[in-house]
Order: sequence, then structure tokens, then C-alpha cells
Amino acid sequence: MNVPTMADMMAQGKQPEVLFWVGAAGSYDDRAKKISRAFVKILHAASVDFAVLGTEESSTGDAAKRAGNEFLFQMQALMNIEVLNGYEVKKIVTCDPHSFNTLKNEYPSLGGKYEVFHHTQFIQHLISEGRLEIDNTTLKGKRVTFHDPCYLGRANEVYESPRDLIRRLGVNLTEMKRHKGTALCCGAGGAQMFKDAEKGDKEINILRTEDALEAKPQIIATGCPYCNTMMTDGIKFKEKETEVVVKDIAELISEANGL
Amino acid sequence: MNYISNVLFGVLLIIGIGFFVNNIQKIFRNIKLGKSINRNDNKLQRLKNMAMIALGQSKMVKRPFSGFLHIIVYVGFVIINIEVLEIVVDGLLGTHRIFQPYLGNAFYGFLIGVFEVLAALVFIAVVLFWLRRNVSNIKRFLSKEMTGWPKRDGNLILYFEMVLMSLFIIMNATDTAFQEAGVGNVVSQLVAPIFESYSSETIHTIERTAWWIHITGILVFLNYLFYSKHLHILLAFPNTYFGNLKPKGQFPNSEAVTKEVQLMMDPSADPYAMPEEGAEEDVPEKFGASDVADLSWVQLLNAYTCTECGRCTSACPASLTGKELSPRNIMMKTRDRLEEVGRNIDDNNGTFKDDGKQLLNDYITPEELWACTSCNACVEECPVSIDPLSIIMDMRKYLVMEQSAAPQELNMMMTNVENNGAPWQYNQQDRLNWANEE
Ligand code: SF4
Ligand code: SF4
Repeated sequence: MNVPTMADMMAQGKQPEVLFWVGAAGSYDDRAKKISRAFVKILHAASVDFAVLGTEESSTGDAAKRAGNEFLFQMQALMNIEVLNGYEVKKIVTCDPHSFNTLKNEYPSLGGKYEVFHHTQFIQHLISEGRLEIDNTTLKGKRVTFHDPCYLGRANEVYESPRDLIRRLGVNLTEMKRHKGTALCCGAGGAQMFKDAEKGDKEINILRTEDALEAKPQIIATGCPYCNTMMTDGIKFKEKETEVVVKDIAELISEANGL
Repeated sequence: MNYISNVLFGVLLIIGIGFFVNNIQKIFRNIKLGKSINRNDNKLQRLKNMAMIALGQSKMVKRPFSGFLHIIVYVGFVIINIEVLEIVVDGLLGTHRIFQPYLGNAFYGFLIGVFEVLAALVFIAVVLFWLRRNVSNIKRFLSKEMTGWPKRDGNLILYFEMVLMSLFIIMNATDTAFQEAGVGNVVSQLVAPIFESYSSETIHTIERTAWWIHITGILVFLNYLFYSKHLHILLAFPNTYFGNLKPKGQFPNSEAVTKEVQLMMDPSADPYAMPEEGAEEDVPEKFGASDVADLSWVQLLNAYTCTECGRCTSACPASLTGKELSPRNIMMKTRDRLEEVGRNIDDNNGTFKDDGKQLLNDYITPEELWACTSCNACVEECPVSIDPLSIIMDMRKYLVMEQSAAPQELNMMMTNVENNGAPWQYNQQDRLNWANEE
């Protein structure tokens, strides 16, 4: 798969139109890597001139900051900003709402000012610019429910972009009882992804999976690699793998378009 | 000439208002114990938020039933207070219904009629509120933090309102002249027959007694606020005004840390160089928060404003799955500690004497703090723009940066971030491998 790096581009004296920030999950997690590849296929299909940082990319520091380590966060941030500014990056797109939030909101005051998009927003732009069309026949009529990622939804009030793309797939979008502003967290945020939960009577991802199953979906659509893991685990726990799949919106689009 | 009652009234009023002012000053002083934070930007947006959220109750109605009841009580409370103005003037001058001749019988009657209808509605709403709190199984009123005083406080306010509203109606019902005039006695005429059999003197005594208890009750209520979650009827206004205007996902960056990190990263900086004069003071003595004085004044204002409604907790993923954490309890504990610190200052002639306690551990445990997913559900839900998450994050910062007391797994995650730029133990050189796997 052709994924040019900024270093390659620079060597050729080129400046891509957008930087794809892959994020740690998208780079290393087996499930999330599929999302990264699906998104790259979409970028290629729309002939987007993009590049990644590759081995020069490092953790945004989101998890460190939310775990209380402001020092480590700022180390990461200042390092990344140095790299990004070195390449004169202007526009960034990412499939990870945590990276999206941190790059968009927490980097500017540290000297990193970029136009940052969540991939669902970016794909929406591609469509409105006439560079991409979503096939609305492949998945037609499938029952889909969408789980709002906290860091995309409440944190940044992006509720419509993912829903708009889902509708364009020709599917039957059924909302969960708690959605948009009242959506329940999948349980991964605030660095919870990296530790066991405190003592309680249930895992958060199970509760959220139950929310989703109430909507009787065939597909649970997500827009975050961490939510994806949490919901996938939830579906396994509920032994519903044969009936319900958990897919990122990028995967659904790449599948629908036969990419 | 009998001035005794006027004087008595004046004294009552001065005592009631005096105590109230004193209490408010204490609250103000306690809030100022917090660290400074700039919330003076964007005044227009702030005014708008205050108008929408506090005055317009825009967030209350997200839960339609309780929101609707609350609006009745709120509107009733505000409008009936116009009548209190008349009562105060009457009390001071020894007059009776002094506004009547100025406003004209018809208009005055109309006003009182409106007040009476509102009073009846408020009474009904308050009874429904009481039933919700005590009879219906609504989870957010049954949590462990809602036992003891907080539960009694919630009910006491409801009893207060029931009594005050009843007294207002009784007062009107036993005002023989007012009943005979027959304008505006919409509700009280239904109550008046109860007193018909009494002598006119007894009726007058009942009227006077109701009048006095009513106004005394209002003054007591005013002073009760200080001890109660009901303080929100005043503080909701500044609290929504000073609320956070930035995206909820944006957590503030510590400037002191930036300076340190820049110094570390700058290859030209001489690590052995003497610090510039005055530079020492730039380094805060403490990162994060372990006690109330480490929080910002907005966070302390938040704590005083919390109505203990529990909407935050009922949306919190940690609370919903049985964890110790409850964002409402975070606010209640912050207020409890702040009030303790305030009493300490009162008892020690204006200076705080170390009491060997702090907000961390003595009130809020690390277990609660680590259960938060930073999902912002509590912030979104709060009808008066309180931000429990910001307190949780500041306290985590203290645990990690001052005490290195993160859970073991998080320490591993952070070590990984430091060593290989990812929360897991993967090689930085493999970061682009995903592109060639399928
Ligand atoms: S941000 Fe934390 S405290 Fe607030 S609702 Fe989410 S998990 Fe609960
Ligand atoms: S913080 Fe807000 S939502 Fe939570 S109990 Fe207090 S007033 Fe209610």
C-alpha cells in the first residue's frame, strides 16, 4: 500500500495537501491498523495528495495528560510540534478523536497551529468537493447504530459528520437511547484503556454494548479506534459476533465502494 | 399610636439581612481562597450563557418532567417575591396592602390573583418533587451520598416552600376586607370558608400571625441558603457566567511546565546556569491539587453552586457501573472541605491553621479519581455549568506529578510513551509497518 512519508515528500521537494496523523492505535493495534488502511484506500480513491510522519510520529501525549502527567504530555507535544512545524504542516486529518482533540485544542497554545479534521469531517469535504462518492447500494437497508466517541462528540461537538456519512451509505441508521450529547462513554477514555477498571459491578464497555444491542443493529459504527476495541470486546462478551459487527465508518465506506 | 410592631419588624429585617450579608461575605472570602483563573474574556457570550442557562433554564428542560416542575417553582419564587416587597414596606410603615391604592383595585387584584395561582402551582410542584425524592425509586436520589444531611436538606427546602406558600394563601384567606372586595382571591376564596365560623377577631389574629410567620420564614429561608444546596438560586448566575467557554475536550496547559520542558529541550540551554533572578518564583511550589486552595476560584464557586441534583452522576459511566466515583459527590466533598477550611479560618482569627487534613484522601480518594474516563458526561449534564471533571484532573495531576502515585499500569503506559512514543511497548521503527500488512 502506497503510504508516502513527509520525509519522502520533502526529498522530492513536494508539500502534500494534508498530513494523515495515524496515532498510536492506528499504527500498532491490529484492529485499528485495518481502519488506517481503509482510510488510506479512501484517500487514494479521492486522489488526495497526503503523507504520514511514519517513524517520526510519536504519541500526542493525550493519554499522559489525562493520566495526570502534564510534564510528559508537554514533552511529547513540543517534540511533535517541532517535527510538524519543520515540515510546515498546515492541515492534519486523523481517525483518532483523541489525537484530533489534542492536536486541535491543546497544541495551539504550545505553538502548534494546524487545521485539524476528524476523518469523518475530511471525507465529508471530499464528497462536497465532488472528489468522492459513497456507494449507497452495497450496504443498503442494513441496520446500523452509531456510537459517539466522547472526544469527538461532547468534547468537540462533532455529531453530524459521522451521521451524514452513515446515511449516505443507504443504511438504516437507528440511534441508541443515549446518543449525541447524552451518549455513554465506551470506557476507554482518560487513560482507562491502559489499566484495569476500579472495583464496580460491571464493565463500562458491556453497559455501552447493551445500549447498542437495544437498537438491534447489524453493524455498530464507530469513529474511534479505542471505542472500536471496547465495543468489539463487548460484542464478544455478549456472544453476538455472528449477528453484529463493529466497524469504523472508514471501513464501511471502503467496503461499500469496493476499495 | 403603636410603633412596637414597626420597630420589631425593622429589627427582624436588620437581623435577617445582616446575617445574610455576613454569610455571603464568608462565601465570597472562601471562594477567593482559590487560585486565579481568567474568565473575563468574551463577556457577551458569558452574558448570553447566563441568560440562557440560569435565567432561561435551558438545561433544566432536557429532563422535561422535573424541568417543567422546576420552572414552575422558579417562576413562582421570583414573581411571588414582588409581593414580599409590599410586605416589607407594610411592615416598616405599619400599613396594610400599601400598593393597592397606587395600582388600582383591578390591577392589584389581578397581580395578587396571579401570585395566588402561582403559589398553588408551586405547592403542587413541591409536593410532586417530594414524592419524587421520597416515594419514587429515582436512582439519583438514592445514592450513598444522598443520606443524612443532604437528604434532609433536600426535603427541608420542600417543607419550607410548602409552608411559605400555605401561609401566603392563609394570609389572604383571612384578610376579611380582601375577601369581601373579591378581586384577586382566586385561590384564597376556596380556603376562606374554613375560617368562616370564627369570630372576626380570631380571623384577624390568624391573618396577622400568618403574615408574621410568612415574613419571618422568608428571612429564615434566606439565611438557611448558606447551609444548603439551595444556594444555587443565587450562585447559578455567576456560575453560568464564569463557566468554561472552550471546547470541553480542551484541558488547560500548565505554563510553568512549558517553561521547564522548553528549557530541557533547548540544546543551547546550560543546565548548570544559575537561575535568573526572580525565576525561582515562577516555578509553582506544587503541581495539581491536593486541597481546596490548590483549585481555582471557579472550581470553588462550582462547589458552592452545586444543587446536588445528581444529573451528572446519573450520566457518569463510572457511577453507572458501580464504581466509587460520583461526580456529584466530588462537588459535595469539595464544598464540605471548603466549608471546613472556612470555619477553621473563622475560629483562628482570619488565618488558616493546619488541621492535618486535605481534600485528597480525607475527602476524595484516589480510587474515585482513577475511575474517571474524562468523558465529559457530567459537564454536559450539569444544569448550572459545573465542571467536576476539571477537579478530578487537577487532583490526578497532583497524584502523578507530586507523588508519582499513578496506578502501576499507567506508570508502564507512561514509560512506554517516554521510551518509544506509544503507550504500548512497540518499536518506534515499526510505526509504519501497518501500511504493508494486509
Ligand atoms: S468525566 Fe469522569 S466523572 Fe464525569 S461523567 Fe465522565 S467518568 Fe464520570
Ligand atoms: S454538579 Fe451539576 S449536575 Fe452534578 S449534582 Fe451538582 S448541580 Fe447537579
